[in-house]
Amino acid sequence: MDICRALSLCSTCIYERRSKANRLEKHFSVLHFFALDTKNIRNSINSWLYPLLTFGTLILLWWLASARGYLSEQFFPTPAAFVTGLREEVASGSLLRDTLASLSRVTAGYAISVVVGVPLGMVLGTVLGARLALLPLMNFLRSLSPLAWIPFAIFWIGIGHGAVIFLIVIAALPTIALSTMAAVAGIPKVYFRVAQDYDLTGIHRLTRVIFPAILPQLVTTLRVAMGLCWLVMVAGEMLAGNTGLGYLIHDANNGLRLDLILVGMVAIGLLGMLCDRLLMFLTRLPGIRWGYDR
Amino acid sequence: MSTGSIRIEGLSHSYGATAVLKDIKLDVSPGEFVAIVGPSGSGKSTLLSLLSGYLKPTSGVLERTGTTRTVHQADGLYPWLTVEGNLALGLPKLDAAARRRAVADMVGRIGLTGFEKAYPHSLSGGMRQRVEIGRALCGDTDVLMLDEPFSALDYLTRLKMRSELCRLLEDQPRTVILVTHDIEEATQLADRVLVLSERPASIVYELRIDVPRPRDVTASGVVDATKAVLKAMGYEP
Repeated sequence: MDICRALSLCSTCIYERRSKANRLEKHFSVLHFFALDTKNIRNSINSWLYPLLTFGTLILLWWLASARGYLSEQFFPTPAAFVTGLREEVASGSLLRDTLASLSRVTAGYAISVVVGVPLGMVLGTVLGARLALLPLMNFLRSLSPLAWIPFAIFWIGIGHGAVIFLIVIAALPTIALSTMAAVAGIPKVYFRVAQDYDLTGIHRLTRVIFPAILPQLVTTLRVAMGLCWLVMVAGEMLAGNTGLGYLIHDANNGLRLDLILVGMVAIGLLGMLCDRLLMFLTRLPGIRWGYDR
Repeated sequence: MSTGSIRIEGLSHSYGATAVLKDIKLDVSPGEFVAIVGPSGSGKSTLLSLLSGYLKPTSGVLERTGTTRTVHQADGLYPWLTVEGNLALGLPKLDAAARRRAVADMVGRIGLTGFEKAYPHSLSGGMRQRVEIGRALCGDTDVLMLDEPFSALDYLTRLKMRSELCRLLEDQPRTVILVTHDIEEATQLADRVLVLSERPASIVYELRIDVPRPRDVTASGVVDATKAVLKAMGYEP
């Protein structure tokens, strides 16, 4: 839950700043049009510039440490070795192949978890009987590391796509269902009273009250779950995969190719960041933004 | 004219062992504006929940005719819908074109032209309450329940909202039950003010105010009524 809060706080900060800029823009729309336009451009440049500075500094330090010999090549690859390794992987096409394999597994596992987990969470949040029956099971699954399922996953499904997707679902589904349930439980009572006054009952209560009411929190849940999927994917591919970025790392480890391990790590980190960025776009939708702007 | 009426007799309600309301008797005729005041914790909101059907009374008779809508203290609007979207909730029976016209008409009457596409969080407290009142008045509700509708607003905004409510009710008369701890609000608006006692609450005082609306807050009839109610509650000699 702490991660959820941190993530939503982080989005709130960003959007507070943005909405303030928007308000100002409306206010001075004619007079200060050009001045504010540059301000917006500056903001968007900064949102790229600052992270680039951070990564640039880290790369510079890495390069310096390697060049001066503080960082032994036996323990960490040099930037040059990394670039060579990256070229090798790109040229052979195996980086693309592994990336696509990992991405498709995460996508499949995530999609299954969301499609099943969100409705399940809504049912758990609204139907007492379902909650009593299924909540302990959900908590049991959530407390159990998904990696513990690896032997069964391999035994039942065999090494490859299916096993990794299974592990991702086992990890993400209970998390999504439980967070959705908590979001439903947190809906202010007054919304249900209003629903009763305005004849929003049955399926309409679910689709036009409960679902929109939990959307902002759901987006946060989806972001946390996406992170979880990437974590599990790597471990799953290392032990139950024969392709993918996790397997790339595992394989490079067997061959003591530190440079390739780093290539795999960088690819996973970047893809994870990209997925989170994509999900963050959801917070800008008008039907969701209210949850971050208040 | 509104057709909603309410009849309550020997109504009592308790939460577990805590008796909240005791032997309430109340008749509200169609089109009447009744205000219920009382000390905080006296069960005003419980009474309103019973009247609007969210709660079932522990014992007694409660008869209602007509449909009921409640205006809540704050945050009763759906934050994921725009002003238009919230108002449209009040008109489920109309077809799309008629609904659009009715919503546009209501937006004008609550003075929010230009804010049709705004979301509640970007509006001021007073604007939000205007939308909520507008939503409750859309369509053909018979009874309007007001649950301390202006208590989250500042004094001057409250005065303004009272006169706007009078104006809206003039166009669309409704049976109104107002629950409030603001005595002045009750005496400025209502045809009849009922005073609840401490818990378990019953009606201990009833005052009819025959001054035509809209009334000024400083009109002698309103001031006299305020004095009488405060006296009945033991706050003035």
